[in-house]
Amino acid sequence: MSTAVDATHHDAHHDHKPSGIGRWLFTTNHKDIGTLYLWFSLIMFFVGGAMAMVIRAELFQPGLQLVEPHFFNQMTTVHGLVMIFGAVMPAFVGLANWMIPMMIGAPDMALPRMNNWSFWILPFAFCILLGSLFSAGGGPAFGWTAYAPLSTQYGGDSTAYFVFSVHIMGISSIMGAINVIVTVLNMRAPGMTLMKMPMFVWTWLITAFLLIAVMPVLAGAVTMLLTDTYFGTSFFDAAGGGDPVMYQHIFWFFGHPEVYIMILPSFGIVSAIIPAFARKKLFGYSSMVYATAAIALLSFLVWAHHMFTTGMPVFAELFFMYCTMIIAVPTGVKIFNWVATMWRGSLTFETPMLFALAFVILFTIGGFSGLMLAITPADFQYHDTYFVVAHFHYVLVTGAVFSIMAAAYYWLPKWSGYMYDTTLSKVHFWLSVISVNILFFPMHFAGLAGMPRRIPDYATQFADVNQITSIGGFAFGLSQLVFLWVVIKCAQKKGEKADSKPWEGAEGFEWSVPSPAPYHTFEKPPKVE
Amino acid sequence: MKMKPLWTLLVMLSLPASAESQLNLTKGVTEVSNRVYDLHMTIFYICCVIGVVVFGLMFISMIRHRKSKNPKPANFHENVKVEIAWTIIPLLILVGMAIPATTTLIAMEDTSDADVTIQVTGSQWKWHYKYFENDVEFFSRLATQQEQINNKFDKSENYLLEVDRPLVIPTGQKVRFLVTSDDVIHSWWVPDFAIKKDANPGFINETWTKVDEPGVYRGQCAELCGKDHGFMPVVVIAKEPAEYEKWITEIEAEQEAARQREQELLSMEMSKDELMDLGEKVYNSTCAACHQPNGQGVNGVFPALAGSGVAVDPDGTSKHIDIVVNGVSGTAMQAFGEQLSMQELAAVITYERNAWGNDTGDLIQAADINEVMNQ
Amino acid sequence: MSEQQSYYVPASSPWPIIGALGLGLIAWGASTTVIQASAEQDGHGSTVLFAGIGVIVFMLFGWFRDQINESTKGLHNEQLNTSYKQAMSWFIFSEVMFFAAFFGALFYARVIAVQWLGGDSNNAMTNEVLWPEFVAHWPLVNTPGGTETQAMGWYGLPAINTIILLISSVTCHFAHTGLEQGKRKQLTGMLGVTIILGLIFLYLQGAEYVHAYEELGLTLDSGIYGNTFYMLTGFHGLHVTLGTVMLIIMFLRVLKGHFTPDNHFAFQATSWYWHFVDVVWLCLFVVVYVL
Ligand code: HEA
Ligand code: HEA
Ligand code: HEC
Ligand code: CUA
Ligand SMILES: [Cu+2]
Repeated sequence: MSTAVDATHHDAHHDHKPSGIGRWLFTTNHKDIGTLYLWFSLIMFFVGGAMAMVIRAELFQPGLQLVEPHFFNQMTTVHGLVMIFGAVMPAFVGLANWMIPMMIGAPDMALPRMNNWSFWILPFAFCILLGSLFSAGGGPAFGWTAYAPLSTQYGGDSTAYFVFSVHIMGISSIMGAINVIVTVLNMRAPGMTLMKMPMFVWTWLITAFLLIAVMPVLAGAVTMLLTDTYFGTSFFDAAGGGDPVMYQHIFWFFGHPEVYIMILPSFGIVSAIIPAFARKKLFGYSSMVYATAAIALLSFLVWAHHMFTTGMPVFAELFFMYCTMIIAVPTGVKIFNWVATMWRGSLTFETPMLFALAFVILFTIGGFSGLMLAITPADFQYHDTYFVVAHFHYVLVTGAVFSIMAAAYYWLPKWSGYMYDTTLSKVHFWLSVISVNILFFPMHFAGLAGMPRRIPDYATQFADVNQITSIGGFAFGLSQLVFLWVVIKCAQKKGEKADSKPWEGAEGFEWSVPSPAPYHTFEKPPKVE
Repeated sequence: MKMKPLWTLLVMLSLPASAESQLNLTKGVTEVSNRVYDLHMTIFYICCVIGVVVFGLMFISMIRHRKSKNPKPANFHENVKVEIAWTIIPLLILVGMAIPATTTLIAMEDTSDADVTIQVTGSQWKWHYKYFENDVEFFSRLATQQEQINNKFDKSENYLLEVDRPLVIPTGQKVRFLVTSDDVIHSWWVPDFAIKKDANPGFINETWTKVDEPGVYRGQCAELCGKDHGFMPVVVIAKEPAEYEKWITEIEAEQEAARQREQELLSMEMSKDELMDLGEKVYNSTCAACHQPNGQGVNGVFPALAGSGVAVDPDGTSKHIDIVVNGVSGTAMQAFGEQLSMQELAAVITYERNAWGNDTGDLIQAADINEVMNQ
Repeated sequence: MSEQQSYYVPASSPWPIIGALGLGLIAWGASTTVIQASAEQDGHGSTVLFAGIGVIVFMLFGWFRDQINESTKGLHNEQLNTSYKQAMSWFIFSEVMFFAAFFGALFYARVIAVQWLGGDSNNAMTNEVLWPEFVAHWPLVNTPGGTETQAMGWYGLPAINTIILLISSVTCHFAHTGLEQGKRKQLTGMLGVTIILGLIFLYLQGAEYVHAYEELGLTLDSGIYGNTFYMLTGFHGLHVTLGTVMLIIMFLRVLKGHFTPDNHFAFQATSWYWHFVDVVWLCLFVVVYVL
């Protein structure tokens, strides 16, 4: 607790913000980089959302009306990729950048220059991916999962763009994750023991570990796609002794942990927001930590639940079914802890809390459908239908995306120094929460009734369900314009000035500094009780 | 009509009450599919109960423990006993679910002692069925007209779920399916049988069914397999064993006769008009999915045949035949030699060399095809 | 938990975004290069690719120059050093996982895919109907599709290479202890030997590839055995190359007197990397060649 930052080693730039475009291009400041990540992610959310609107418009009625099947498949694929790698993951990295150093009392991220590097790779990666949509054969059209051999012998030129853009996205994620881990392990203020860290920091620590463990595996998988396509290897071709299903094993060894990468930080966010607005300490802090770790470890043992129909031997199907089911236990612990935190608290319902509560309920619904999918014999019926699409949008949209919005509202006053427009934000919430259910809930029924996913046209008995879904989709999409408006307003510093701690029940170092947070926080480490 | 979506929404919301409704999983027509359905409903109800409890507690808390009602929060934040309880109880519930799931799964994967064995091969974008006990095999393609898909005609009742030649199986007998693929991964799915098996190129997956009721059962390809993945239905007709026997012997004789006729036709010359007529038909049903009805292809994915490439190359006839008969390995261009008769092949190649202004004037006859095939 | 001391937040720097540009150009250039090569077209793909590599090299020089200047000025401190060390360890962990994907592929192909093609497990019909001629064996010298090759034995070059790498790991370690104890002669000598051993390894690896291609017919496209063989040894070879370049840079920096017994993170990182590459080879030698 003794020493402070030695000021002599800082150059002149240190005390005030550099100005102009150079500030953003060359920055090493965790707040600037966090802001860049967050804006990038918002843009990508709209890009990916626009593609979802194309999908929903085509599916509004049976028959082909707007787009060709081949283009439809590109939309599906690139929508999935953009949302996952462009919207959700960068949003979490942005939040980590902004909040983790403040939460643990560090002056910045551990490796500030590498931090900038990881961000700036992303725009290049997405230029390549999105640019491929305009190339001769179009963009990738084989699903975000890129199963071989559709993506190898039958992929056309898009395979190369897909592979290399995924490679550099992976490099970016790995560097970002290394930065987070090292910051958390090495930069905490004296007295901030691991078990005193806010849950958001814990969940990100574990997420970062997952990222470093699985992004290289994805890199390996797509490298094999590349060599199968262009260099004559036969990893995924039986004639050469390979197996197309092998790709799926490697991909899902990455893919399943990847979906938890997209939900663990959400758990951290919700664990910060619910106590703040219940004015009561988080229930079961240590069991939260252990549950997070348990989910992360189990996530390495469940990958083949995406592959129940590929013809694995029975014992393998059983093993993966059991492991998958067990994940409900630690996840349940988290849900119950949140409910117990609210129990006999003193609740108020500001917008962040509304989103967090919606998260708990709707994520749980998504979890339930996940559990149903885990039951192998039943999954034979659900697999590759809209039931799966409903499942993962519940956990991703009303899960991950809602938690990101909750986080944005919760910390916007800290970032900008101004309170967001509370009325508009509630409009945004209610419009979103209603339309999102009109959008995704009927998909369960479409799936159960037998509608396969990734199809541009469907049998007439699915028409009504799809019409409702599409209407919900357009409504949800338009509702996000309200969000954009609120954020822009707040960023332009219109509205009330915010206190250093605008939420009565909030806890943590971030609330001990003024709003907006100064360019450099904690040159002297704060004191931990 | 306008109110219909609204109605559906209402029906959906009352789903648990009317589990039979069209919007739920089908019960299907086999013992296995019924067990799967029961499993589905059991888990669904368990989830509902847990949901009601958890969300109920949340709402009670949201109402009773509002700041206006409860200004002073309690300050407990740990209780080992409840924490253990809510770890153990869900675990027990899961064990309860796992037991029926395990027994059902083991029954589903037991393909031994089948009465009939059929090889199901997926290829872009049709199914091929081959009966092991009889000398019968055929392709099964989407039968819905392109005009319906493009909204020019009204949509028929089984829009997108109808094929030219359905698979026929006997009722009351154990039918084993050997599922595989010629190109990319497909997935053979019939909801009423609770069967969905991936068709992996180079490997064979086995599955089986025993249908009790005669009827027509419809399904679809359930794995993204390229452009026309949505247009690759499965239709299975289950017939009483006696009728099935009758059908299969008839079809066997028919196919034998067709093979012989084919040999005879080799020496016959067809006129240009005949070739062009037949060729256009074959082209539109088989080739147009990729090369497009106007022969323009899809830029960068499927080559145009109109005005470019082998189809207009004056010395390209033999190469043209070779490509169509043997395919281009490692691409979506399949070997159509196995799928079409020699007459059809001759006709479609003639058509490609003369349609859309290709006017090469070349006529291809079945004998030319035979020459390439038996080289 | 470390004591938090004076913490160095670097000034804004142009190198990261130049690095991002470089990676972007590489990704774009590489994709267009493979596309153009496979369609036998001419184009600017490789120009873009090499431009990207050039940008990365330029970035590395600039970035490391700044880094070295800061380091030699004493701006770095204990905490930053710890950060670097942790970051390097996690980076190596990510490399381990990258190799794990290919080891996993080898395992799957050998224990599952090839056996199933031969009729094992629930795949009796796979063999009977689709590949009736095929008999499962490993190394897979006759593929189901009919490609024939020859297997690569472990004796001879691979065994020699194993010994070379093992020795180089030891010499690298002694170079490091030499640095820590301030024994300059030991440092330069041992480091030099390590570099030479690395180069010999690379040379022999190249010779082995030539042998495989010209005499054994074992090529990159000769089925899953050749695939896993070349991908594993190839990526390993790439890492040895990188490690050797890093060692050479360390050698130059030693000559310039950049390192002190207690401030030599870059050297340490390089030596970790070298040991990692060595361990990968050992695993590889066992599962690719011997078993
Ligand atoms: C954020 C992302 C996210 C999350 C958190 C999850 C969580 C879970 N997922 Fe999901 N999943 C996806 C994203 C995610 N999934 C995606 C993107 C796909 C499709 C990929 C593709 O094919 O494109 C997918 C697909 C998918 C499949 C494959 C379906 C198929 O293709 O056939 C399966 C199968 O088992 C599955 C299961 C589960 C389970 C069991 C959980 C569990 O973690 C859920 C646990 C939570 C709960 C169960 C609720 C709370 C618990 C309680 C209240 C306790 C008490 C409850 C009980 C005892 C029942 N998921
Ligand atoms: C985090 C991830 C994420 C998110 C946030 C979303 C968000 C949405 N997704 Fe999803 N989706 C995936 C991940 C995600 N998705 C994945 C992984 C797949 C699988 C891909 C595959 O099969 O390979 C998938 C697939 C998928 C499908 C299935 C496609 C198919 O199988 O063919 C559909 C269909 O309805 C769909 C719809 C939507 C909609 C309507 C939204 C909405 O929530 C989007 C709302 C946002 C906006 C609309 C943008 C904001 C507003 C504007 C741009 C203003 C303009 C608005 C209007 C004109 C109305 N998505
Ligand atoms: C599943 C998609 C698909 C279908 C169906 C299809 N083709 Fe093709 N075809 C292709 C592809 C892809 C190529 C390009 C192959 C290559 O890369 O060389 C091709 C190439 C060709 C060529 C060579 C073109 C050239 O100039 O090189 C001819 C001729 C051809 N197809 C004829 C046919 C005929 C006749 C049919 C129907 C009986 C047919 N195709 C059905 C996908 C298809
Ligand atoms: Cu065949 Cu989808
Ligand atoms: Cu999963």
